[in-house]
Amino acid sequence: MRKLTVVLTLGMLLSVSLASFASRLTIEITQGTRATTPVAVVPFGWQGTGPKPPDDIGRIIEENLKRSGRFTALGRQDMLSRPTSGAGINFRNWKLLNVDYLVVGKVQETAHDEYVVQVQLINVLSEKPLAGFGYPANRKTFRRLANHITDVIYEKLTGERGIFNTRMAYVTSTGGKSPTYHLYVADSDGRNAQSIVRSGEPMMSPAWSPDGQKLAYVSFENRRSQIYIQNILTGQRERISGFKGINGAPAWSPDGRRLALTLSHRGNPDIYTFDINTRSFSQLTTNTAIDTEPEWSPDGSHILFTSDRGGKPQLYTIPAFGGRAMRITYEGDYNAGGVYSPDGKYIAMVHGRDKSYRIALLEADTGHLQILTNGILDESPSFAPNGRILLYATAGGGIGVLSAVSIDGRYQQRLASPDGDVREPAWSPYNQ
Amino acid sequence: MKSPVNYLTIPALALMLSACGGMDTKPVVSGAEASEAPAAAADSGGATTSAVDALGVINGVRIDQENSPDSVRTIYFEYDSSEVRAEFIPVISAHGELLASDSGIQVVLEGHADERGSREYNVALGERRAVSVRGLLLGSGGRDSQIRVVSYGEERPAVVGQSDSAWSKNRRVEIRYE
Repeated sequence: MRKLTVVLTLGMLLSVSLASFASRLTIEITQGTRATTPVAVVPFGWQGTGPKPPDDIGRIIEENLKRSGRFTALGRQDMLSRPTSGAGINFRNWKLLNVDYLVVGKVQETAHDEYVVQVQLINVLSEKPLAGFGYPANRKTFRRLANHITDVIYEKLTGERGIFNTRMAYVTSTGGKSPTYHLYVADSDGRNAQSIVRSGEPMMSPAWSPDGQKLAYVSFENRRSQIYIQNILTGQRERISGFKGINGAPAWSPDGRRLALTLSHRGNPDIYTFDINTRSFSQLTTNTAIDTEPEWSPDGSHILFTSDRGGKPQLYTIPAFGGRAMRITYEGDYNAGGVYSPDGKYIAMVHGRDKSYRIALLEADTGHLQILTNGILDESPSFAPNGRILLYATAGGGIGVLSAVSIDGRYQQRLASPDGDVREPAWSPYNQ
Repeated sequence: MKSPVNYLTIPALALMLSACGGMDTKPVVSGAEASEAPAAAADSGGATTSAVDALGVINGVRIDQENSPDSVRTIYFEYDSSEVRAEFIPVISAHGELLASDSGIQVVLEGHADERGSREYNVALGERRAVSVRGLLLGSGGRDSQIRVVSYGEERPAVVGQSDSAWSKNRRVEIRYE
């Protein structure tokens, strides 16, 4: 077995760190949906003598629910009472306020930096509790717990798995003429952003491993493209590809054992797979055209990729262990950067038409193509792990910002960084 | 796979064809002046005037290794194209001859794309542009061992901005001497 060099560079131009940079994305809801469920998240009660918890759990849950686009929340100033448990609730008042569901809870201090959080979800119409839970917590875990509680509530009320305890990775570029590039990992609400790589040269194409613990990405730090895999929990990384020419577009197989990638060392860009255990590369496409941007189908049987073998960039699929490529997009003369929804029913892509590049959704069964966004420079679509929301990059006021759109196109929000250009969002898989 | 023979002939042919096209230079005469002058002359007792072609200015290209501001090291491309425009053929062949004259000279060809469309596809487009330039350098005497190609796609724009003019300056190959 050939051993590849493990590179751990700590230099002037580049440093790998887990240090938290105060950077934070701000969220703005730019378009709402019509059919929303009205809820009220009552401020949580507090019982204790020590310092109060650093995070307002009720507020985080409320903001999470609103941000999902599926709920509206009653303002705190409109609440006629503030119950902290399911006992003795005046249901008539909540019905008058048109609230369908109520979230109540309290935080109790049990020892120094030890708390117990009690929560109940109550159906106002039936006047019955839907769920009740108790959790241990400390100052460090409040935010994560609030996201977890939102996941539980969201799943109870919608029947779909929540995505509040997931993360996203993205690339930023700041500082004009000689920019600094960061690869960030943040919570799905944009908070808690931490830079995991900083470099004086561009970075591209972050891709999450299926266990959510590693990121593969492209770095130009030696003035050539190379692919790295970095463990986000330890900061350690390993170079897996540094051939002559392009080393690009890494994508993990669903079982986490292989990467698909683009290499051009044999003359032009082709799709390869890389076996992480055996360290061996196999060439999948041998076309003289551009073949790039591989993505695995969720069942691992096929690889989706972009090719201009027909003259213009279009999406094709090829069996993951080799075979004949099949073209799957026909509408418009530019379709690239395709990604599968987690259930494999849709493919999101960059669709170019009339000088605009927008995110479009192709329904795999019917071939129906729906344009979801209305920018002119939209790119890099990434599905939330529940398949409900697409994160993508767009141009807002001259700089790159991130946007999210529900796959029915009815709900949109925008995430901007105060620091500069943000791009290439990649939504993590579920936390494991 | 392409054979090395094909690889050399195609750019060499392109070089000859484009060089012929490049010779057909139009005189530098403003259209507005040329049409107004005879009209004004018609009023003055039957005398007519006519114009001669301007001598024009012949601009040579300078490609020295040093960082002189007037040396041309950037080749621009049309949208979604990796075809070298005729105006850049003399520039690239001059670089190729410089490489041929000293095997110790090394260049990096940096391929770039404008920001439109998908990022990794743009990396591939940038590489294809750099490979076109490499073909012409090889055709005019450069050696493969002297040339390294790297594509940054849309990651390193020369000009920041969302306009046709900014984009046209970003679709480029930069020839960098090492």
